[in-house]
Amino acid sequence: MKLADIICFDAIIAQLSSNKRDKVIEELIQSLSDQNKIPAGEVKSLAKAVISRENEASTGIGKGVAVPHVKHASIAEPVAVVGCSQEGIDFSSLDKQPVYSVFLLLSPTSDPDKHLQVMETIFKNLQKEDFRRFLRQAQTSEAIIEALKDADEDGQ
Amino acid sequence: MSESTHEIEIEILNPDGLHMRPAMQFVDLASSFNSDITVTHQEMSIDAKSIMQMTMLAATCGARLKVVAIGPDAADAVKALKELVDNKFGDDPENVVSKKEG
Repeated sequence: MKLADIICFDAIIAQLSSNKRDKVIEELIQSLSDQNKIPAGEVKSLAKAVISRENEASTGIGKGVAVPHVKHASIAEPVAVVGCSQEGIDFSSLDKQPVYSVFLLLSPTSDPDKHLQVMETIFKNLQKEDFRRFLRQAQTSEAIIEALKDADEDGQ
Repeated sequence: MSESTHEIEIEILNPDGLHMRPAMQFVDLASSFNSDITVTHQEMSIDAKSIMQMTMLAATCGARLKVVAIGPDAADAVKALKELVDNKFGDDPENVVSKKEG
């Protein structure tokens, strides 16, 4: 599986307008909605679900990245979006450091195995220091897309 | 205390597999031991104390993993980790048994 298969490039936000966790989650979900990647009218319920999942246990796994996600009945196929913040976002990360790159993932409730495969694809890449650095340096959507495409090629 | 190596096979029983929350519980428990702990799934071997690496395993329901602990508390570590997995990570809401029949 490739990042390009799951990440909606058109919804990528290179400079998130907020540095507050919940606002960032809403902003990214709204962006997916603007690209018609999620059912109209579900923005609020999806944001609420992701935030409540995040409150149970932070997906800020350290090294400046967070992967907020939820399985939701309104979602038919896993879809993800990337958002970057130059300022850094407080995600209550495990290492207590701010988050600069957010991978938000929405998965269907009906296919837990697919969700795991998508998570594997995302984490396989987030493991790479180069990939994290390119993402953090990226100031435009084009630069982020390039980093994602390069990562996909490396994985081949 | 002497170094020892202990190995155990575990099977993921949660319907949703080893997703992030149970993976974190696993990492937390593994990290509470001094031993080095490695988890192997198919051809991938990873550090049980790294959440990034644990999430990369993509261990679905029914996946069989090998856990190897090396260190002073290796025996206790594999025992505790197996217990966590066998109990389906306890509080995973997906696995709360409904009490239909009382």
